[in-house]
Amino acid sequence: MDLFEAVFHGIIIASTPLVFAAIGELVVEKSGVLNLGVEGMMIIGAVCSFVVTIETGSYVYGVIAAIISGSIAASLFGFVTQYFLSNQVASGLSLTIFGLGMAALIGQSYTGLSLTEFPELNILTLNNIPILNNILFSYDYLVYVSIFLVFAVYYFLNKSKFGLILKAVGDNHDAAYSLGYSVKRIRFFAILFGGACAGLGGCYLSLVQTPFWVENMTSGRGWIALVIVVFSVWRPLWILVGAYIFGGITIIQLHIQGIGINIESQYLSMLPYIVTIFVLVFISTNKRRLTNNSPACLNKIFNADL
Amino acid sequence: MFKLEPRNEQSLFFVYFSPFISVIMSIFAGAVMFMVLGENPVEAMKIIFINPLKSLFGLSELMVKATPLIIIAIGLSLGFKAGVWNIGAEGQYTIGALCSGSLALALYPISGFWVLPLVLIAGIIGGSIWAAIPALLKTKFNTHEILVSLMLTYVAILLLSVMVHGPLRDPDGFNFPESRLFHYSALLPILIEGTRAHIGTIFALIIVFGAYVIMGKHVIGYQIRVSGESSKALSFSGYSKKTIIWICFLTSGALAGIAGAIDITGPVGQLVPSIPVGYGFTGIIVAFLGRLNPVGILFSGILLALTYIGGEAAQIKMSLPSAITGVFQGMLLFFLLATDVLVNYKIKLKRFFK
Amino acid sequence: MSKKFIGGLLLAILVGLAFYYQAIKGEDVVIDDGVTKVGFIYIGPIGDMGWSYEHDKARLAVEAEFGDQVETTYVESVPESQDAERVITELAQDHDLIFTTSFGYMNPTLKVAEAFPNVKFEHATGYKRNDNTSIYSARFYEGRHLIGLIAGGMTKTNTIGYIASFPIPEVVRGINAAYLAAISVNPTVEFKVIWLNTWFDPGKEADAAKALIDQGADVIMQHTDSPAAMTVAEQEGVYAFGQASDMIAYGPNAQLTSIIDNWAPYYILRTKDIIDGTWKSTDTWGGIDSGMVELAKISDKVPTVIKNLVEQANEGIVNGTLHPFTGPINKQDGSVWLVEGEVASDGDLLGMAFYVEGIDGMLPN
Repeated sequence: MDLFEAVFHGIIIASTPLVFAAIGELVVEKSGVLNLGVEGMMIIGAVCSFVVTIETGSYVYGVIAAIISGSIAASLFGFVTQYFLSNQVASGLSLTIFGLGMAALIGQSYTGLSLTEFPELNILTLNNIPILNNILFSYDYLVYVSIFLVFAVYYFLNKSKFGLILKAVGDNHDAAYSLGYSVKRIRFFAILFGGACAGLGGCYLSLVQTPFWVENMTSGRGWIALVIVVFSVWRPLWILVGAYIFGGITIIQLHIQGIGINIESQYLSMLPYIVTIFVLVFISTNKRRLTNNSPACLNKIFNADL
Repeated sequence: MFKLEPRNEQSLFFVYFSPFISVIMSIFAGAVMFMVLGENPVEAMKIIFINPLKSLFGLSELMVKATPLIIIAIGLSLGFKAGVWNIGAEGQYTIGALCSGSLALALYPISGFWVLPLVLIAGIIGGSIWAAIPALLKTKFNTHEILVSLMLTYVAILLLSVMVHGPLRDPDGFNFPESRLFHYSALLPILIEGTRAHIGTIFALIIVFGAYVIMGKHVIGYQIRVSGESSKALSFSGYSKKTIIWICFLTSGALAGIAGAIDITGPVGQLVPSIPVGYGFTGIIVAFLGRLNPVGILFSGILLALTYIGGEAAQIKMSLPSAITGVFQGMLLFFLLATDVLVNYKIKLKRFFK
Repeated sequence: MSKKFIGGLLLAILVGLAFYYQAIKGEDVVIDDGVTKVGFIYIGPIGDMGWSYEHDKARLAVEAEFGDQVETTYVESVPESQDAERVITELAQDHDLIFTTSFGYMNPTLKVAEAFPNVKFEHATGYKRNDNTSIYSARFYEGRHLIGLIAGGMTKTNTIGYIASFPIPEVVRGINAAYLAAISVNPTVEFKVIWLNTWFDPGKEADAAKALIDQGADVIMQHTDSPAAMTVAEQEGVYAFGQASDMIAYGPNAQLTSIIDNWAPYYILRTKDIIDGTWKSTDTWGGIDSGMVELAKISDKVPTVIKNLVEQANEGIVNGTLHPFTGPINKQDGSVWLVEGEVASDGDLLGMAFYVEGIDGMLPN
């Protein structure tokens, strides 16, 4: 692999957890719910998948555990916000606090253990075009799952009947309710889906990126995922763009340092955040796109049905 | 299952008793957790909730810890009421601390009664400027304020790091990333001899009272409340949504900034890179637990501070890992948030057979 | 809510507090049951596999050494800010000896030490002390010298990647020591340094390790705490050195050796002084000779020639004939730091804020 391919590869690996967490959160927000607990669900997914993989020796079980544990964590949020009508911002933050603590407890006796390499996808190999091969087909299968998931969500939201219902719930819950849809149940399932995706993002960290468990290993990635959702203006395919841009700046920033440029490293570390702000400003100048895509009932409480 | 029926007006009974219900519930849930972990639940609860209140040291530390939380939460509550989402109080707190710290270092070793007020004002200005950025972008370009303020938090923390590793470090400090200790005239006077309780706590009480008056009586408070409820009503009443956004951001930024200034001129006494420890985020929870009501925030700030201090004590006295504090805090918060529903709604159990 | 009600409530609370204050004033009772109590505060969680993990291992060694004679307590993840002083004070109320194990605890430790003259304090990696506060640190740069020798000998691409945390003297010293050693065995060697501005972010550490490897580094050194870089090196088939603890479990093929922080002998010694009543305030900067800095088993992949070189350097450092910073050494800008044969003073080392000649990049000023 030459440097370009290597950088590309690095960006994809660094961005995949963000893709998972962000696409899940996008569906949640499309249904009209703001869940700021992504970080907490991610870390729960990271620890549970690691523990299960160590105990069973199977990555498949590990990934399943991430999905289940992420959803369970999300269901806590779902219950208090949907059935007890709690404030979503505060509940999400509480979920993050709870998740970080719970994960540390679960993982206590698993620090210091390490896994072998995560299986890569080797079915597709185009040996005669090595560059394409390295750029496109040299990843573990979770990378492809993440991309598939983004397209699936795109299809679901724009082409399927259920997707339209979900968006209707997010845009005008009263109207959706009067049409006979169970707003709370739909939102609850969206929240579970978001948790499952965040769990997958977490397991990508603890199974693939760094195959071990340590406390606080998500280090703020859940927050970045939230940023990417708005960055995408709630359009699924743009999640990929947003996540790869963010991952890209992070990786390129490291490479710039490695080449040896004369600037304080803190300024370089600021780069991803500052660039994101500029991009956000740029995006938001297009008002029509913003209002067309953002769910109108985001972060509003609904109480009518069960 | 059950059904929630809106009440005609808030239940005064549950305004005061739902926090107790949730504390009792989390004490039970916590007891189960401690039993699973093989610890004595009664002892644990006593150490977390009672012991810090039994000594002057514990009480004074409770004041030190709760002060910035309350000040930040009060600022945030205005915005949250108006539907303006400032999630970046952590960054505003950091810049407030950085600005007031820089001034304190620049004035070193001048002494005088005017040093401290200037240093605190620098913190207010710093916090407001940092909060003005998302306000500006929101009003000019309609950029989502949650994200801009959140991103700026990371930038603020790194900026503090550059300054403390570079120009602000202690000239006699072997290039370690710490500023020198501030001159005594830049330090907050101590309230109770022999403890760290400082007059910042008085400021917090004044701010709580001020917010209570403004939100309850003043026209601005009315505008803010209206703005959160619907923007149509607002347009009838004179203030533009933009004005409200500016007011909310500048106020919450100023308060977060002074919280930062109070922390470094009070308990810390110097600039260090690790000043931001998440008060800005905890402040959000404090604001909502207090139901965005100044008096409620006063109590929720004290309660949250208590769980932190109690958690430390549980580590010391019972050798419990710090993670347990997080889990317990999370449970308590969930119960508090869930029981809030009782204030505005009645619970009706549904019959299985109709 | 009526104004009267609120006013009444506040008044009642104030009056209540005033009575309460009278009741509890001066009621801090200390029970001494003859057992020596030793407290520790850590910057990270004990499960960080790095800095705090090694301090906690040493705490357990103290418990194992003295059995029923001592009781130990720890508080983990204590930020170096407002909270530190409170935790230290809380420990000081019923402990005999307290280890504060991170630089940022320096001023809080001294403040508490003045308030509790009968309690003894030990602060790691700082420079201020008083009658009841000792300071201690380890000459990790000696270990860095040894791994620098191995790195210089093992690299095929003549490129060594270095993952650094914060630009503080401790870290800069390590980079310089490793560079000077590497260049002494391989004059064409080049160092690539990436600063992460965090001690602990496994994902970022892994990204940095990958970036360095992609840029041609085939040996990775780190001064951050998690084993992430080691696992990347293992996957990519390059070499790496562990940090703070033996990381062989994360890189059975990749790890050449690890610098191990071994605080146990020092902690046992100081606890014994307390038990015997012979504790005095001291300034300890222990190196390889004191056992504070150790190397894990050197990998079999390292040829005997290099192993012998390391062995010699190790002996030289222990018996004082070799100092990793011996002139001639120029600073990055070409100005002279040490002339031929001159040995760096401890003061110079303690505050080191410059790269030596030959390293690219910039340090904040």
